[in-house]
Amino acid sequence: MTTRVLVAKVGLDGHDRGIKVVARILRDAGMEVVYTGLFQTPDTVAVAAIHEDVDVVGLSMLSGAHMTLAPAVVEALRVRGSDIPVVVGGIVPHADLADLATAGVAGILGPGASDTEIVATILSAVRPE
Amino acid sequence: MPEEAQEQWRNAYERAAQRSVPFTTMSGIPLQPVYGPSDGEFPGVYPYTRGPHASMYRTRLWTMRMFAGFGTAPATNQRFREIIRSGGTGLSTAFDMPTLLGLDSDDPMSLGEVGRCGVAIDSLADMRDLFAGIDLSTITTSMTINSPAAVMLALFVAQAEESGIARRQLGGTLQNDILKEYQAQKEFVFPPRQSMRLVRDTMKFTTAEMPKWNSISVSGYHIREAGSTAAEELAFTLANGFAYVELARNAGLKVDDFAPRLSFFFNAHIDFFEEIAKYRAARRIWARWMREHYHATDERSWQLRFHTQTAGVSLTAQQPEINIARTAIEALAGVLGGTQSLHTNSMDEAMALPTEKAARIALRTQQVIAYETNVTHVADPLGGSYFVEALTDEMERRAEELFAEIMEFGGGSMLEGCIAGIEDNWFQGKIADSAYDLERAFNRGDRIVVGVNDFTDGDEQIDLLRITNADEAAQRERLAGTRRNRNEAAAVEALSELGRVAADAEANVMPALIAASRASATVGEMMGTMAGVFGRHVEVPSL
Repeated sequence: MTTRVLVAKVGLDGHDRGIKVVARILRDAGMEVVYTGLFQTPDTVAVAAIHEDVDVVGLSMLSGAHMTLAPAVVEALRVRGSDIPVVVGGIVPHADLADLATAGVAGILGPGASDTEIVATILSAVRPE
Repeated sequence: MPEEAQEQWRNAYERAAQRSVPFTTMSGIPLQPVYGPSDGEFPGVYPYTRGPHASMYRTRLWTMRMFAGFGTAPATNQRFREIIRSGGTGLSTAFDMPTLLGLDSDDPMSLGEVGRCGVAIDSLADMRDLFAGIDLSTITTSMTINSPAAVMLALFVAQAEESGIARRQLGGTLQNDILKEYQAQKEFVFPPRQSMRLVRDTMKFTTAEMPKWNSISVSGYHIREAGSTAAEELAFTLANGFAYVELARNAGLKVDDFAPRLSFFFNAHIDFFEEIAKYRAARRIWARWMREHYHATDERSWQLRFHTQTAGVSLTAQQPEINIARTAIEALAGVLGGTQSLHTNSMDEAMALPTEKAARIALRTQQVIAYETNVTHVADPLGGSYFVEALTDEMERRAEELFAEIMEFGGGSMLEGCIAGIEDNWFQGKIADSAYDLERAFNRGDRIVVGVNDFTDGDEQIDLLRITNADEAAQRERLAGTRRNRNEAAAVEALSELGRVAADAEANVMPALIAASRASATVGEMMGTMAGVFGRHVEVPSL
């Protein structure tokens, strides 16, 4: 079955190079990709993910707001009864990795991640071993 | 007369003041101010391929302008003072995401973003604290702000005048380049045409009242960071520049009254010679188009002056100290390309805003180039290289091809072509395609990034700047204080006047914005009032 991914920009950050490149990499790997567009809130992302019936949500973040917004997206999904996993990609300092995992983020892709790592991280979030 | 350019150059060179350093090599060999055939091109002479000024760095080094901003205004003021103490010669303000989008720090959308990637500015009180103790009549200030550029200019003028400095004395730059926001950086608020009306208003205001102020910094930096090629950066930036020229002319300004105050901002990426060729081509193209197409007659209108920033996207989170070497190479390209101003990135910026130490190393990198290498003694030292000249011509040729396409979208107008290209997602699509092409080259291993896809041993982490949620709470408290202490009726009246002026397409919003700033209206209130008239822009998502 084809993996369906919602990629999202949440918050005020307009940097969309990363999300567009990642979306194309996932498409090239045979996944179906939906893009929310810019300036989403945790609630609009959760609603879109459930409505689109995706297998995983990918958040692209550069602005340093990941510690507030990524857990909020996980929470917005869970309060709606959804267990869709959330993967974060972007500028995330090492010191934040453990806290994001604790907050329920299923995978993190930092700067320099290769296409192989990106696809593998998405797939293992969807089907954890 | 083939030697006319040389004569013109010599006259200008002899008139220019010189820094008092020996213009020799380290071993004492005397150096000419420029090299080349007597019938060739010269710096300071049309079409300025070899530099905007005849004596270049012999008269004045570039401005070492370090981009800084984080947390609250007092925290950034401390960093500004540290930059000046360390020998920085200009200031450049980074604003946080809420400020860039014209939102107050207590807006629900600002949650988690306040002071994170720049300084939070909500009102005149913050602007006062930002520049406290800094003499704005002697140090120039650049503000990287676009959608709320008119608002930030109003706040800046209001605080400077409060501290006794007249607006005519203020030197600096407002980025104010809204076209590249829709194309690349994506921090937009109003629809394109309404945004361009604000650009028009700031151009008219600064042309009339702030003769030392650069009204726009036409910016290719963000276009390149978003993934464009060097030729696309060059072409889109200059096309946007021509669009602003047409905008101001349509508003009744004379080209020579405003064009000398347009400045540019380019990326310095890691492909050394391509970058140098890009800067040389930029100067030549601008000069030709301004003279031949827009009929400027003042030579200052022909001279493209630019700021450079090393490429943020070239920095790696892996083995971050290597970034010092990358930045040094990129900065050298900017200097050999004849930049007027330079920001060098810090080694830790693939992960966070820079620590004070990392920022100091980045500034010191510029000082090594400026004071140790002697590359400043000779103008356009690579001019005449078969390779660099051919690459310069090729950059120009590629840019002209893209101009022709944009002009066609606009039916002969670059202004209309740029807006049409934005509305059709043409620029955005080109940039995304180029970004993906480069990414595939990395993934195939066709391009090596040291420490990332090769030479990966020895990845060690360094100390990073931490911005805590305490800054966000502190800023909300400051804003609450502003709202409590202001004369509410005066703020409301100033905002309703702003609304009236905004609704009159022929009026200029600047006086009303300055009045609202003085009445302690907030950035979010001023932007919200204008959004009530102009509407808000929504980008149609495309991959």
